[in-house]
Amino acid sequence: MSSVRQLLSYPFMVNALRAGTIVAVVSATMGWFMVLRRQTFAGHTLSLVGFPGAAGAILLGLSPAFGYFGFCGLAALVIGSADPQAGTSLYRQESAIIGTVQAMAIAIGFLFVGLYHGNLNGLTGLLFGSFLGITNAQVVALLVVAGCAVVVLGAIARPLLFATVDPEVAAAAGVPVRTLAVGFLLLLGVAVAETAQITGALLVFALLVLPPATAQVMTGRPALGVVLSVALAVGVTWAAVIAAYYTPYPTGAFITTLSFAAYALARGARLISERTRSTRPLAAAQIPA
Amino acid sequence: MTSDRELPGSEAIAVGMGVDPGVHPGAHVDEPTALPKFRGALQQAVRARDAEVRFGNRILWDHVDLDVVPGTFAAVLGPNGAGKSTLLKVLLGLQPLAAGRVEVLGAPAGRERRCIGYVPQRKSFDRTLRLRGIDVVRLGLDGGRWGVPVPGRANREARASVEEAVRLVSAEGFAQRPIGDLSGGEQQRLVVAQALVRGPDLLLLDEPLDNLDLANQGAVAKLIQRISRERGVTVVMVAHDVNPILPYLDQVVYVAAGHAVAGVPSEVITTETLSSLYGARVEVLRASDGRLVVVGAPEPPAVHSDRHAQ
Repeated sequence: MSSVRQLLSYPFMVNALRAGTIVAVVSATMGWFMVLRRQTFAGHTLSLVGFPGAAGAILLGLSPAFGYFGFCGLAALVIGSADPQAGTSLYRQESAIIGTVQAMAIAIGFLFVGLYHGNLNGLTGLLFGSFLGITNAQVVALLVVAGCAVVVLGAIARPLLFATVDPEVAAAAGVPVRTLAVGFLLLLGVAVAETAQITGALLVFALLVLPPATAQVMTGRPALGVVLSVALAVGVTWAAVIAAYYTPYPTGAFITTLSFAAYALARGARLISERTRSTRPLAAAQIPA
Repeated sequence: MTSDRELPGSEAIAVGMGVDPGVHPGAHVDEPTALPKFRGALQQAVRARDAEVRFGNRILWDHVDLDVVPGTFAAVLGPNGAGKSTLLKVLLGLQPLAAGRVEVLGAPAGRERRCIGYVPQRKSFDRTLRLRGIDVVRLGLDGGRWGVPVPGRANREARASVEEAVRLVSAEGFAQRPIGDLSGGEQQRLVVAQALVRGPDLLLLDEPLDNLDLANQGAVAKLIQRISRERGVTVVMVAHDVNPILPYLDQVVYVAAGHAVAGVPSEVITTETLSSLYGARVEVLRASDGRLVVVGAPEPPAVHSDRHAQ
């Protein structure tokens, strides 16, 4: 108890926990839809393009925030509009356009770092972020952007779920499936751009994918799934920030390891329960192709 | 006179389905429970006159006249590529007509979309989709609304309607399981429930029996007939094979060779009617077990695109 009080007496730890909580909530909710929409690859690319964006902004002497938002937003629009089928159907493979964007992003990212005669610390910061040394102003900015993103996501949640699961029926019911697909990518881009400034380009992806994927293994209920996903992400982030305080290892390593362990446990548990339960007669389970 | 009128007697065979429901014994529109749903004077659930659909300069079908009596179960039959699914899209207002007009539930197509339940053609849900069947049904009720559902009376009522729709298709036993885990027949029942949950007046089903085995095809067709009877819902269903569903049908629409014929099954699926529809000699044979077989029907794309070239 006293150690917790000691930990919270440091403003940088308080801000790390605050920022971590906001990042966890926004990634877990966005990520739940991203995983359900099978847009993990698009999400990965959106996370990565923050890296060349920030590197380019630093090279031009601008705030990295411009680079994060500019590049993530642009990439979301490119992925969403260049590929007319992007995210409009669960049954379609993600297109090569996303891979193209990603390859290009990484290449120019390293080019920018090279042009800057960059020190390696800067590179590590862009890729892995830092939970320490977050200012109050950064926390407020993070809260505003993340809050807006979550509110907008909440507003479009139901039609987005409909368009994800059943695009044709949704379109017939008057849901703007295509607009929602592009809108969601853009929203994801904004959320990623804001969180990547704290977590770095690589770690944001871990939080976007692992807790939602774990939640979806655990339950098929949409509301419960989102709640579980948020709880997992927040729990993992807190544990990681505290663990990093007492050890010489970085926060990101703990976040990823803990999330991965939760995912592996959930999968294992489901496998076992399916084995032991298998009450369904085989005949009913077979779907003639 | 254009080249597309060379089919002899194409207008004469585009028979309406009869305004008087008493014409065919299967139609139960005269049941008192069925009538009030149709806002009094509505005579036809679907009414098309001289309808034509083209893609670019290729005419898919034209001069199609169609009447579907409220509360009946109609199947849309015909070879692959004849334009059966497009007919449903026309009724939904998603595919504009090149000529003619179509009225659905007494209004131009697309106007009454809220009163239509639609089940598109699909393979099946992604096997790894972790969403309960009941959630998929719920999307049919309020999936188009903005915001998230909040607990309260409206939410309780919504859940009651979802449960009722699930009961109507006898899916209580598996509706709580992830839809990806279910069999094709189970998934099909749930998407029918999704289309029914808003209490539609018209149900449009695109090959809902496509990936079901024969026993399940008959069972789902029987279920759809029962719902049509009990709820007074008009059903228009695209089907690949008429045989498993024939006992349950009130009407058929046969789409082939750029035209369509509509009427009761015993009048439409005959050697004479189908021969004049195709414009070529086809034969309808009845096997010893009562199955109908259409023999000698030319493949539509080749015949049709050539016929409308220039």
